[in-house]
Amino acid sequence: MNLPTGRQAGSAPSHGRGSTAATQAPAKRRGSPYPYWFVLPAGAIFGIFFLAPTLASFYFALTAWDLFSIRFIGFDNFVQFFREPFLMQGLVNTLLFASITSAAKTVLGLLIAVLLTSGIFAQGLLRSIVFFPVLVSTIGIGLMFAELMHPTEGAINLALAAIGIDGPGWLTNPSLALFSVAMVDIWRGVGLATLIYIAGLSTIAQDYYEAARIDGATRWQQFWRVTVPLVRPATTTVVILSLIGGLRLFDLIWAMTRGGPGFSSDVLASVIYKQYQAGFYGLSTAGNVILFLLIGLIILPLAWWFNRKEVEQ
Amino acid sequence: MKTRLILSTALVSGLAPAAFAQELTILSDSSPDTVATFEALTAAYTAQNPDVSFSIETRPGGSEGDNLVKTRLATGEMADLFIYNSGSLLQALRPDRTLLPIDDIENYGQINEAYLSTVQGADGATYGVPLETAQGGGIYYHKPSYEELGLEIPMTWDQFMANNAAISDQTDKAPIAQSYRDTWTSQLFVLADFYNVLQAVPDFPEKFTANEAKFANTPAAAKGFERLQEAFEAGYFNADFGAATYDDGLRMVATGEAVHYPMLTFAVGAFQQNHPDLMEDVGFFAQPGDDLEANGLTVWMPASLYSPRDTEHPEIVRDFMNFVASPAGCDAITEAIGVTGPYLIEGCELPAEVPGMVADMMPYFDEEGRTAPALEFLSPVKGPSLEQITVEVGSGIRDAASAAALYDQDVEKLARQLGLPGW
Repeated sequence: MNLPTGRQAGSAPSHGRGSTAATQAPAKRRGSPYPYWFVLPAGAIFGIFFLAPTLASFYFALTAWDLFSIRFIGFDNFVQFFREPFLMQGLVNTLLFASITSAAKTVLGLLIAVLLTSGIFAQGLLRSIVFFPVLVSTIGIGLMFAELMHPTEGAINLALAAIGIDGPGWLTNPSLALFSVAMVDIWRGVGLATLIYIAGLSTIAQDYYEAARIDGATRWQQFWRVTVPLVRPATTTVVILSLIGGLRLFDLIWAMTRGGPGFSSDVLASVIYKQYQAGFYGLSTAGNVILFLLIGLIILPLAWWFNRKEVEQ
Repeated sequence: MKTRLILSTALVSGLAPAAFAQELTILSDSSPDTVATFEALTAAYTAQNPDVSFSIETRPGGSEGDNLVKTRLATGEMADLFIYNSGSLLQALRPDRTLLPIDDIENYGQINEAYLSTVQGADGATYGVPLETAQGGGIYYHKPSYEELGLEIPMTWDQFMANNAAISDQTDKAPIAQSYRDTWTSQLFVLADFYNVLQAVPDFPEKFTANEAKFANTPAAAKGFERLQEAFEAGYFNADFGAATYDDGLRMVATGEAVHYPMLTFAVGAFQQNHPDLMEDVGFFAQPGDDLEANGLTVWMPASLYSPRDTEHPEIVRDFMNFVASPAGCDAITEAIGVTGPYLIEGCELPAEVPGMVADMMPYFDEEGRTAPALEFLSPVKGPSLEQITVEVGSGIRDAASAAALYDQDVEKLARQLGLPGW
């Protein structure tokens, strides 16, 4: 993988330059030319606004807290959180939602990126159109689709009715609601995945395709044997980003269903938010700690696995 | 007293009294009616006390607003005066620590006693005065449809269901409007049934607070969930009940697309605003129970005006609250937003002409024993997930028995956080 990037970046690599780079590298490691206090402004902001609250949340998660008084109650909040009637369904929904949207964004993103780098007609315009939903506010998207998916007056079901199909209650049918939101999330997020893939594809040197063609590879073989392996760093980024996004998704669910009907499209983040709404601040903080650990437990091994594969290549 | 204070200070310092004009801040919710109420009350008060002026800021409603109020109180950033719920929600503000007691205001004796118990803290002190009229929870109905079909106001639940059957058989109107896009509207069949619960089990609130009675094991209390399930199973709801909004519900019953809409009577203001021409097409009755003899209305206490304990103007605040709890205050409110129900201040008069839907609820208040407060004004225990649970029952996802059991589980958290004995 490193090879094509090197070729692209270092046009006409010369032995001389390569060797200076090699001798400079260890020197850099010995001492950065920049003093450490350069990190202070960013470090202070990070520490005060991110690190301190994160650490504080581990304490608040162990308390019964109504903003006016605080009482240390050990792990009761965690016990209570797991007793929430819909927590388990929320957990399953979260995992389901994250894997569906992540998989779909990865596959669709790659396919669209391949299409949009193939020199197709109006390529620039099409790229903008695919990317456009990323720029729109999530709440706006949610409200818009909630209208479009209205069971009797929504544009989707009216269109289906016009061709004689009786459309379902996209957001009001409890077994469908989560998937309807997932579809909208894919529509919203596929543009970013495509963008990352386009960047990844542009780093693959044409030489590989030339060599493959000379060896008689079909288009399909070129895609499967050249494109897919060489675009792997982009895949890693897309999978991890969209998985994290899916696991902590809140705004779209809230704008479209509020976890409903009933509790059927609740995810971890919406369960947590409802505890906060109801004034159980300690309990909702415990929920956030659980979400934090869950994301860590899923993403860290996955990132490690992806990176190891990359090194092996 | 306030005026005297300002005058004497002015004399001592020898400055113009205008320099001592006091400005109080008010945190209102964003509903147009509440803002209009505050504007009218402050204008009337400033007319009497030219040295006091007010600035009103608004906050969102619902639980987002709850959190804003709690945060501002906890951080000492609260405005001098603010509006908030009475009853169980007030207890979460820990009034005995955060709010200004107002037991010593002059008009205290004129305030309705049943109301006062809903704005008192654990210490027995009183913290609020009513900012609105009392409200009822019941069923709005479309009068022309009733006339057309020759229906009578139902006095029992069976009569109500018989009316629904007649509407369903003879028209293509929806017998009952439901609007689950605004989940809170799904709770009415359960909450407004509480008058009937109290008739059957008078000590339910005390036992419920003490963790001795449950919805699931009290047949009268579980009825509310059963009624909702029954209405769903009969197929009486509008086709888009899962996606309709509160405004849709009001429109349906005002235009006759649907004939019934269970709702709180604060909807009078919204009817007035959205459908002024159809006001007289909508009537109101209490949610009927099983007993023909015991028919009455479940009453909601109004939101109240409170002040934080650390306000810089406690004397003016008390004086203003005293004004709100006076006939002059009621008149200012009536003038601003019209009549929505009976006032809770002795001496407050209603104008002779009131909308029909308000007139419909007055008889319940006039007759002894035909009103009872909703559970949230008799017990501090209220579960946060009721609206999701009732959406499930009303959508056929869950049956009544398991809904009642789930709600019992839902209230446990709150009771424990409040530190109630027996939980």
